[in-house]
Amino acid sequence: MGELRLMKGNEALAEAAIRAGTDGYFGYPITPQSEVIEYLMAEKPHERTGMVVLQAESEVASINMLYGGGGTGKKVMTSSSSPGISLMQEGLSYMAGGEIPCIVANIVRGGPGLGDIQPAQSDYFQSVKGGGHGDYRLPVLAPASVQEMSDFVPIAYELAFKYRTPVLIVSDGLIGQMMEKVELFDQMPRLTDEEINEKYPWGTNGKPKGQERRILTSLDLDPHKLEKHNFKLQEKYRTIEENEVQYELIDCEDAEYIIVAYGSSARISQKAVQLAREEGIKVGILRPITLWPFPKNAIDELVVGGVKGFLSVEMSAGQMVEDVKLTVRERTKVDHFGRYGGVIHSPEEVLEALKSKIIGG
Amino acid sequence: MSDIAIVDIIKPENLVYEKTKLMTDKTLSYCPGCGHGTAHRLMMEVVGELGQENDTVGVAPVGCSVLAYEFMNVDMQEAAHGRAPAVATAIKRLWPGKMVFTYQGDGDLAAIGTAETIHACNRGEQIVIVFINNGIYGMTGGQMAPTTLPQMKTSTSPYGRDIQTMGNPLKITELVAQLPGTYYVTRQSVQSPAAARKAKRAIKKAFQNQLDGKPGLSFVEIVSNCNSGWKMEPVQSNEWMEENMFPYYQLGDIKVDGKLL
Repeated sequence: MGELRLMKGNEALAEAAIRAGTDGYFGYPITPQSEVIEYLMAEKPHERTGMVVLQAESEVASINMLYGGGGTGKKVMTSSSSPGISLMQEGLSYMAGGEIPCIVANIVRGGPGLGDIQPAQSDYFQSVKGGGHGDYRLPVLAPASVQEMSDFVPIAYELAFKYRTPVLIVSDGLIGQMMEKVELFDQMPRLTDEEINEKYPWGTNGKPKGQERRILTSLDLDPHKLEKHNFKLQEKYRTIEENEVQYELIDCEDAEYIIVAYGSSARISQKAVQLAREEGIKVGILRPITLWPFPKNAIDELVVGGVKGFLSVEMSAGQMVEDVKLTVRERTKVDHFGRYGGVIHSPEEVLEALKSKIIGG
Repeated sequence: MSDIAIVDIIKPENLVYEKTKLMTDKTLSYCPGCGHGTAHRLMMEVVGELGQENDTVGVAPVGCSVLAYEFMNVDMQEAAHGRAPAVATAIKRLWPGKMVFTYQGDGDLAAIGTAETIHACNRGEQIVIVFINNGIYGMTGGQMAPTTLPQMKTSTSPYGRDIQTMGNPLKITELVAQLPGTYYVTRQSVQSPAAARKAKRAIKKAFQNQLDGKPGLSFVEIVSNCNSGWKMEPVQSNEWMEENMFPYYQLGDIKVDGKLL
């Protein structure tokens, strides 16, 4: 058993970054995720593993530091919250185009605009539909506990390097700020420069003797060549869709109704399911762990299995519900419930919405 | 002389100059008469002379030199517009033993990338920034740059730059020289063999500083021409540069060994 600690979600993310063998963290403070860089600065990871931590002048600089560092084959990571993540969209698009691995954690807060500093899930569209310009997708992991804030870091690196892509960890201010027991995984060694060169020969860290130089760019002025590059990217996205979907089914064996919820909403919905079952309503939860690729097949199987309705519970005005609808294709009832703008729904509200919008609706 | 064939002259013992080894064979995409090609060559000569071919990472900008990575035969990354100093910061921090440089134009470095430029300089990142200042946006077709001179005509200042409404030309090189994080700041040009030789010495000093682990960033501005954007013949553009750009952007060292001159 790993080391047990009581930690905030943001702290667990930071500790996991050190333990996952991150080479460089580049970040900029923003509520409700500032504990990440505060923890890292206090922890002196340079002394523990040699990891570099740098406070950048902006989120724009942070994401471009990831471009530079990730482009050399190093493990790099940043974290921010919604307005800061908006500033990073240019960089994410460039990194998707240049196929540069990295982790970007978004501790989502209420929006639009400066919004507020309370938890929200209203960055779903931005996370799974692109965010920046151009045809690209990013794998998105959605932790629902402090434990997963830690566990998902090495998983995200694995995906990032396997597919040479930025990977998003999309959490929210509730999970970032709350304290839970977490079992930390053991320290993983940082790769040596020689190991990096062996594993990632594309890394631009100095032309190897007697070999061609390496170039990292997202530019190709020849439209036919750029289309070919896009074909390659799309092929990669199809592979990810086929192989990397992750989800959890909770109480779905006998369920007549399904709540689709991720992150904090999945936690709240667990209590709503308990209340519903006390009243004899058979309801379960499908929790997407990867928001993209979206667990379409799992939803499809539930539809085929005779589920009478789906309620997408999100702390947003209804974003993920569009993907649920696209999958269900009007074969059964789908609706959305959620408080937003930083307001967190209660289990009672979720149960009430299930009754009014799906069961009685 | 007329009796001697060319093949008799081209012999190793007569060789005084050869193609820069660290320039690729790709034809330069720059307009004939432009200073970019000379600046590229000088930098790659320096990297070669310092024996850093296998230990150098360059960062190209957005602008005319967006394709610099096609010509410079070292490992290269192409950065988003203005972000090269942030990109280079991480490369150097994560590979402190490597030589890292950015190559940026005036729009890239002194307009959209001002924050990244100032903060990389202020942190004293041990990188080299080579800044090509031709007072115009060349690649997009000759629009006004932060360094465009007063009354200078561009496609977005067609009646000349009115400093009352369009601001003053930004002397960002003098600005970064004020920051404790810069170790060497100089302004050069490459329009003549004599100027190019001086510029090469400056570039070499900048890279040598990094190689020696000198504390701080080395910043080399090269005032250059843009004959196409300025709508002039190449020779005329160099004369115009000497008469108009040099009085405003005065050549020479501004800060050496961490001390303002």
